[in-house]
Amino acid sequence: MVQSASSGQSLAVLSALLEARTGQQIASHRSTRVDTVLLPLMRERRIETLDQLVYAVLDGRDPHLAGRVIDALVNGETSFFRDRHVFDNIVEVVTEVERAGRRARIWSAGCSTGQEPLSLAMIFAERQETHGTPMPEIVATDVSEAAIARARSGSYTQFEVQRGLPIRQMVRWFEGRPGNEWVARPELLRHIAFRQMNLTIDPAPGGSFDVVLCRNVMLYFAPEPKKRAFHTIAGAMRPTGLLILGAGETVMGQTDLFQLASAGRGMYQKSDMGDPAPRA
Amino acid sequence: MKTCLVVDDSKVIRKVARHILETLDLQVREAGDGREALEACLEAVPDVILLDWNMPVMSGMDFLRALRDANLPRRPRIVFCTTENGMAHIRAAIDAGADEYIMKPFDRDTLESKLQLVGMI
Repeated sequence: MVQSASSGQSLAVLSALLEARTGQQIASHRSTRVDTVLLPLMRERRIETLDQLVYAVLDGRDPHLAGRVIDALVNGETSFFRDRHVFDNIVEVVTEVERAGRRARIWSAGCSTGQEPLSLAMIFAERQETHGTPMPEIVATDVSEAAIARARSGSYTQFEVQRGLPIRQMVRWFEGRPGNEWVARPELLRHIAFRQMNLTIDPAPGGSFDVVLCRNVMLYFAPEPKKRAFHTIAGAMRPTGLLILGAGETVMGQTDLFQLASAGRGMYQKSDMGDPAPRA
Repeated sequence: MKTCLVVDDSKVIRKVARHILETLDLQVREAGDGREALEACLEAVPDVILLDWNMPVMSGMDFLRALRDANLPRRPRIVFCTTENGMAHIRAAIDAGADEYIMKPFDRDTLESKLQLVGMI
């Protein structure tokens, strides 16, 4: 049987692990929550105590365990240029929009601490420098005020800034600060409009988008809120727009508003039913 | 199977790096300083070198210069892995031919991410 009692030492290790990977801290009053969110993982791995879990993480024999622990502690796990091919698809869409004489609009829905919209901003700022193309409008939203605040600050730990970000782009677009902090340059951040938003409740940002990224967000929603979120996104997309979900996510059996796009796995476009009436 | 030469004067760092790299399906060799690394490269060129900066006998930067002069049949990818975390050091490493740069301390995700960026996994 899994025991939920956690030793102070184990909590300290988990807290250090979480802080090193995400910059977030486990406050002492949240120790009960730590036990709760880790219980399913401990059951799955047949680990009985938090001390044993910490030992297994430090032991390192299961290379995925530390990542799973972090995923359980915080749902905002993200990295720069996550799934690189996705960004190639976005450049293609933006190029098409530019050919039509418009400035593209991209919505990063569930942007967590901002690595996804910053990756987009880097790609298009560099493309602007080399090709003279216009910057797309990038809007980034997340349900978490704390995540949006961090995204706006563009501040990352040493661990975060090294995940997915090539060193040349780090040197080009980030400044080092004391305490192993790395901060995105203002000329990069100014290309992104950050806003706190709950996808299941709040109205979408104004205007229509050519690309919506909503990766690893829907999987945390129950069926009804998920339907509302798809409805909100569909209503905010141009008829030819592209919706990009996480690699393990699908619209199949979740909503009729979208269908698989020719662009590939995880990419969707609006179906014939995809222009929903405004929600009551 | 791709080969990685881990160059670090710390046995512990080499051991930790070896463990992670082997789980990523890389074949690992070790060297304790730049000179040992150069000898290892002359014997067989690895696909990638994980390179510390400050080492006795021959530093990482001196090793890079010696490697350039060695006229190897092919150029290994270079990933600096060091506690020298300032922008000036990073720029100097890039100018000297480093493909990627890891700021210590590193974890599995960092190493995996950087190896992906240089096309090793």
